[in-house]
Amino acid sequence: MTGQDAADPAAILSAKRISKSFGEVPVLFSIDFDIRRGEVHAIIGENGAGKSTLIKILSGLEQPTSGTVELDGEPVMLPPDGQAEALGIVVIHQELNLAEHLTVSESIFLGRELTSNGFLRLKDMRAETLRILDNLHVHIDPDVRISSLSVADKQMVEIAKAISRDARVLIMDEPTAVLSTAETESFFEQVDRLKAKGVAIIFVSHKLDEVMRLADRVTVLRDGQLIATVGMQALTPDSIAQMMVGRELSNLYPPKHEPDVDAPVVLRVEGLTAVGLSNISFSLRKGEILGFSGLIGSGRTAVAEAIVGLSGRSAGIIEVGGTQAHFSDVSKSVAAGLAYMTKDRKGKGLLLNSGLRPNLTLLTLKRHLKGVFIDEASEAEALERAVRRFDIRARDPSVRVGQLSGGNQQKLMLAKVMESEPDIIIIDEPTRGIDVGTKQQIYHIIAALAAEGKSIILISSEMQEVIGLAHRVVVMREGRIAGVLEGAEIAESEIMRYAAGLKQDGEHERLSA
Amino acid sequence: MSVSAHEDRRPSRGLRIDLKTAGPLVALILLCLVGYLLNPLFIGEGNISNLLTRSAFIGIIAVGATFVITAGGIDLSVGSMAAFIAGMMIIIMNAAVDAYGVSVWTVVIGCGCSLILGMGAGFINGFLTTKGKIEAFIVTLGTMGIYRSLVTYFANGGTLSLASDARDVYRPVYYDSIIGIPIPVWVFIIVAIVGWVLMNRTAFGRYCAAIGSNEAVARYSAIKVDRIRTWTYVLQGLCVSLATIIYVPRLGSASSATGVLWELEAIAAVIIGGTMLKGGFGRVGGTVIGALILTAIGNILNLTEIISNYLNGAVQGVIIVAAVYLQRGALGARRKKAAE
Repeated sequence: MTGQDAADPAAILSAKRISKSFGEVPVLFSIDFDIRRGEVHAIIGENGAGKSTLIKILSGLEQPTSGTVELDGEPVMLPPDGQAEALGIVVIHQELNLAEHLTVSESIFLGRELTSNGFLRLKDMRAETLRILDNLHVHIDPDVRISSLSVADKQMVEIAKAISRDARVLIMDEPTAVLSTAETESFFEQVDRLKAKGVAIIFVSHKLDEVMRLADRVTVLRDGQLIATVGMQALTPDSIAQMMVGRELSNLYPPKHEPDVDAPVVLRVEGLTAVGLSNISFSLRKGEILGFSGLIGSGRTAVAEAIVGLSGRSAGIIEVGGTQAHFSDVSKSVAAGLAYMTKDRKGKGLLLNSGLRPNLTLLTLKRHLKGVFIDEASEAEALERAVRRFDIRARDPSVRVGQLSGGNQQKLMLAKVMESEPDIIIIDEPTRGIDVGTKQQIYHIIAALAAEGKSIILISSEMQEVIGLAHRVVVMREGRIAGVLEGAEIAESEIMRYAAGLKQDGEHERLSA
Repeated sequence: MSVSAHEDRRPSRGLRIDLKTAGPLVALILLCLVGYLLNPLFIGEGNISNLLTRSAFIGIIAVGATFVITAGGIDLSVGSMAAFIAGMMIIIMNAAVDAYGVSVWTVVIGCGCSLILGMGAGFINGFLTTKGKIEAFIVTLGTMGIYRSLVTYFANGGTLSLASDARDVYRPVYYDSIIGIPIPVWVFIIVAIVGWVLMNRTAFGRYCAAIGSNEAVARYSAIKVDRIRTWTYVLQGLCVSLATIIYVPRLGSASSATGVLWELEAIAAVIIGGTMLKGGFGRVGGTVIGALILTAIGNILNLTEIISNYLNGAVQGVIIVAAVYLQRGALGARRKKAAE
């Protein structure tokens, strides 16, 4: 089935038996993929299925370990670092790639400014920018700085930039992850317009409804394997989901053990207000997993950072174990038995150039001191314990952490946080970019911790994860708590309704009650 | 396929790490060999002792700079700070001589003031960079100018000289030896050993590396980033004051020309030794070797006629750039590996 698609002569860009390994870890196995003129081709799959790697290869950011990429039927070596743009292949990344201090017009012409005799033709560029934006039916002032735009407008600028570059193939990595419902709808219109102009669009998404709405064909990846490339008319959301997961979802999550009804409240937050947050109140019981759901940017991480003292707060009470606490920095919250595991394991969680041992003990180095000296034997022991407990797989213990797979890094980070023996653990996006097998392990570890009597706040953008693990779910929207769900209410549609602002627990009712 | 790749990689990595650690030492040995071939006097006892004593000033300061740089900072003020401390020591000791007459206590008072001034000046640098949130480069560029002009002001544009009877008491600190090793060299050895232990065997050293490697990770790991950073500057100040204590008895004077460009020599010694300028990885042992290499270059040029001594700076410059280039090569290879 996939073979004949790949041989399609009308394909603009195609991949032939692409495989890719990072070090010894294979992430893609012999993938065939192609995209035709005026087509929207969705790539779907779970985190770690290899979607990002595939689009990196299709855009030249990574070279395949084996296999070829063909442009207009000719094998090509796509140049790295976005130079494939010259060939008409433009990528819009999940994290938007705009220089915040430039104006809209400067951004659109960045790197290919119109000049005459060495001087910039500012008027012409501004006019051209206006024309492009008008064509897209978006109304953004060409002279405002990118930093003052909303995320949705920034994305529109990216799209305008792509169009101005005569993109033949537009690759978008989860373009709607940061958009509201209304913004998403206008984004869909843009996609339809581009499609009508003959642009080939590859888009990666987790959201099945979007895929159903936009895509002409769908390629499903699972654990680096090509599962199928199918025309949309042959599919239902259910059949896609089944192809993505390929197994019963129930296996992925351990059974839930509800905490005792009379379990004591270990953490109470009342009226927490800080930059981007207002009036956050919730409580966490012993042995409970409290999910935090919401769109990206809804303030979930900000809540965690304000609680543990990583960022300041302007009002609000935090009680840990019944006593009021005000943590001015992380060391104080750790001492009080409250630990936070960041979602940004590479930027904030781990020292990528150091080994496993210094990373594991960095948070708790004081426990490994003999007088003023570091007791390396005790550190080594801790590492041995952690490797066993969290099943961290490194080919040798001296390897630098940057070389570990995402899953092993994540487990190491969890081990590092657990070294401080916290009673309350705030876990932020525990399975971002890791494979399904490791995900399952992490889910079981989290459930086991809760069963042991630890209390857990689970922040996650993967709704399934929150639904599969949490006993209660707090849904945040724009820096506020939009609703709290319990028991049977915890379902994707319900969470989405709160997250998207279609439904909100009456703020007034609660205050007056 | 993956098995053979695995085997290919292991030995090359082992080799690279060995080269990286031993690189500066190999360079120093080669340099000494060249020195010996050009002029056998180079390894004479007198010359070696002279070389070590000369390298003590920069070496001691550079050990302090290793901590600052490892933690992701930079201190440009050390040369001016040394001149300022030397000037203040002389003024204070002269005043002490006037008030109480000359005794060992004159020198003790001078040294005590030096320590206080050094650590205080370091604290100011640290406080302004951490609490003031001004870049270290800017802060220390500012204090560099301030200290330099203060010493010029106190010396009235000329030279501050230690009273000659106090000089006689103080002289041995630079000129005497214990078990055949000059006192400055002893101080250098002790500072180097303490520095090495601090860097490699204590939580402080590891925190410095963590902060320089990734400040956010350090902060999220409950490390008091500002406090540790400030301590690195205090430590740097302490090292400057120790270097000044053994420097003053050498000439018994201080002027606006004292310690000029020491900051760059100290930074150069640190970098040649394998510490990364952008922080995250510090090697005290390498720094010691770096200081010896820099001093040896000047010394060899003094002993030969092949290259003019005036080109000392040029040769040092070439060595610094070459050292950083080699480091970058090793780092680039590591990056590539990490990206695989």
